Amino acid sequence: MSRSATRPILLTNARVIDPSRDLDQPGDVLITDGVIRESGKNIRAAGIPEGAEIVECNGHVVAPGLVDMRAFIGEPGAEHRETLASASQAAAAGGVTTIVCQPDTDPPIDDPATVDYVLRRARDTAIVHVLPMAALTKRLEGKEMAEIGLLKAAGAVAFTDGTKSVMNAQVFRRTLAYAADFDALIVHHTEDANLVGDGVMNECEYASRLGLLGIPKEAETVMLARDVRLVALTEARYHAASITCEESIKVLRRAKEEGLSVTASATINHLALNENDVGSYRTFLKLSPPLRAEEDRQALAAAIKEGVIDVVVSDHNPQDVEVKRLPFADAAPGAVGIETMLPVGLRLVHDKSLSLLKLLHAMSTRPAELLDIQAGSLRPGAPADVVLFDADMPWVLDRSTLKSRCSNSPFDEARLSGRVLRTIVAGRTVYEYV
Amino acid sequence: MLGIDGLSAGEITGLLDLSEEFVDLNRQIEKKRTTLRGRTQINLFFESSTRTQSSFELAGKRLGADVMNMSIASSAIRKGETLLDTAATLNAMHPDLIVVRHQASGAVELLAQKVQCSVINAGDGAHEHPTQALLDALTIRRNKGDIGRLTVAICGDILHSRVARSNIVLLNTLGARVRVVAPTTLLPAGIERMGVEVFRDMRAGLKDADIVMMLRLQRERMNGSLIPSTKEYFHYYGLDTAKLKYAKPDALVMHPGPMNRGVEIDSAVADGAQSLIQEQVEMGVAVRMAVLEALARNLPNA
Repeated sequence: MSRSATRPILLTNARVIDPSRDLDQPGDVLITDGVIRESGKNIRAAGIPEGAEIVECNGHVVAPGLVDMRAFIGEPGAEHRETLASASQAAAAGGVTTIVCQPDTDPPIDDPATVDYVLRRARDTAIVHVLPMAALTKRLEGKEMAEIGLLKAAGAVAFTDGTKSVMNAQVFRRTLAYAADFDALIVHHTEDANLVGDGVMNECEYASRLGLLGIPKEAETVMLARDVRLVALTEARYHAASITCEESIKVLRRAKEEGLSVTASATINHLALNENDVGSYRTFLKLSPPLRAEEDRQALAAAIKEGVIDVVVSDHNPQDVEVKRLPFADAAPGAVGIETMLPVGLRLVHDKSLSLLKLLHAMSTRPAELLDIQAGSLRPGAPADVVLFDADMPWVLDRSTLKSRCSNSPFDEARLSGRVLRTIVAGRTVYEYV
Repeated sequence: MLGIDGLSAGEITGLLDLSEEFVDLNRQIEKKRTTLRGRTQINLFFESSTRTQSSFELAGKRLGADVMNMSIASSAIRKGETLLDTAATLNAMHPDLIVVRHQASGAVELLAQKVQCSVINAGDGAHEHPTQALLDALTIRRNKGDIGRLTVAICGDILHSRVARSNIVLLNTLGARVRVVAPTTLLPAGIERMGVEVFRDMRAGLKDADIVMMLRLQRERMNGSLIPSTKEYFHYYGLDTAKLKYAKPDALVMHPGPMNRGVEIDSAVADGAQSLIQEQVEMGVAVRMAVLEALARNLPNA
């Protein structure tokens, strides 16, 4: 993104929601020089800068741009699936102003030069902020710790092996201990690979009827419980990448009560869908970890409300036709979602599971805190990463209109309520709904 | 002489004073004494060593002992003999002093229970290396005077280091302020209760230190298991001139050897004006002569 001077913007007559200040009130937001100048009530009294663009918001919501902590992008190595540029277009259309990309690229992001490459490439081609997570272990093999100090110094915001869990507890213990010295955030996919086995969807009656091998919830809970004990031993900063079931929430709650530095995400898919949505072998709903039961979905929403689960992520994972138009068991897991995470998340607001403030907290302020980045706030002086959206506008998703290079959305033809109207990154409008 | 642990400040100081005499002796052309004439000293090294073994050999010879070196490559251990059988075999040859290095912590003590002569620990596993700690103390005392006034930072692989353990005990006994500097993965559990201040950040750990003591990082521990790579280790924990600037301007640098240049220490520091590394080797012979002589005084004469 270019740093050239931008025209001031006044977002007026808005419903200003700033989770970083627990604020939800009518007001205006003034942006100059790429930062929030003022936000709240009566800011027009102080005068509007000359030449400012005045945006009439008609009571729609102005909030901090979303920070998506988990998005898989194919660059470098799989640009046919997604590039930093195409992912950033999709993000902008979804109100996401910061993407945290995952390291399972080709080559993987496991050395400082690759971190540097991704940052430069994003600077030159992406229209939103892109920050890389780096590999936790070399080549994501779960055997040898990566250069956590040098990678962090190069700009990696956290460390993860993507959709792989580190099965060797000794390796994981040492890696946590080493990471703690650098105050690095470890993001871990919690699934015991042996319990997952050849499973392809949640272990349940429906899977049995379909003749598909199941993945028990315990695959997740067992790994999470192990991790929590190792966090207690090492005092590392730990984040569970994708929690899907009620038993795991109990483990998380207890860890937090113990005062451990344990946090967690849930994906937008697991908050909106359940195992029955797999329907007749719909591969776009094949995910890792798999969709669980309806009770689990409801428990996840309640855990976001309670704060036991901190963050909502898109888990954006573009997969092309060649790997999706296959028998269910053979298809690649993953779904695109960065462009629809806000409208889909609004379902939880409309069905009264969550307040809008809480949803936005979990999608912007909280991930920014965990990643220790300047984002997720409308405080004066904060970077002007802002989303303006209509929380109610009804529409039907046509996946062919998605900006991502792949269109494997589980929400194709879904009725959604709420739509992003404008996305601003560093004071510059990067998306506008017309 | 199994370890520093258990020695009083007076005993340590006594050994250092005695060592001073041998430093002078070793600088003469005539280096021989007859204290150990007629005595047999066996150097039993289960782990390879260059400087420790050769300095014990020289020390014994300069004191007049008959010195036999047994290295494990050519011994019956290779043929399956147990440690205690080896001890019994050697004991039957009536040695007066056995110098032992073994890869297992506690092995030297075990062997000492089975032989009638004096046993000197030349390093057992990650437990103790008492003559190294004494030679380090002698080197420090000759350059800095009273050890009790000093701040000593021990840096590197504390977890596996017998040198670190012996030095921590000795320096604490003499009243020095001891710090350890290492990533958590190279620190043993409970180290903070062993009388040291623990630092993960080398710059903070070196701040105002009088002595910077570097430890060797074993090759098999370099890649991924305890630290990510030698590159990252050198960046954060290798002693270079930039990091050394955080210590006192007249701080001195030590290393028990053998060094991994570019891993734990930069050549510019290892060969620099603040380095005591060569002097440590010289002190090694003197200290080992002092230890042999002190033990010989207690050997039976009948």
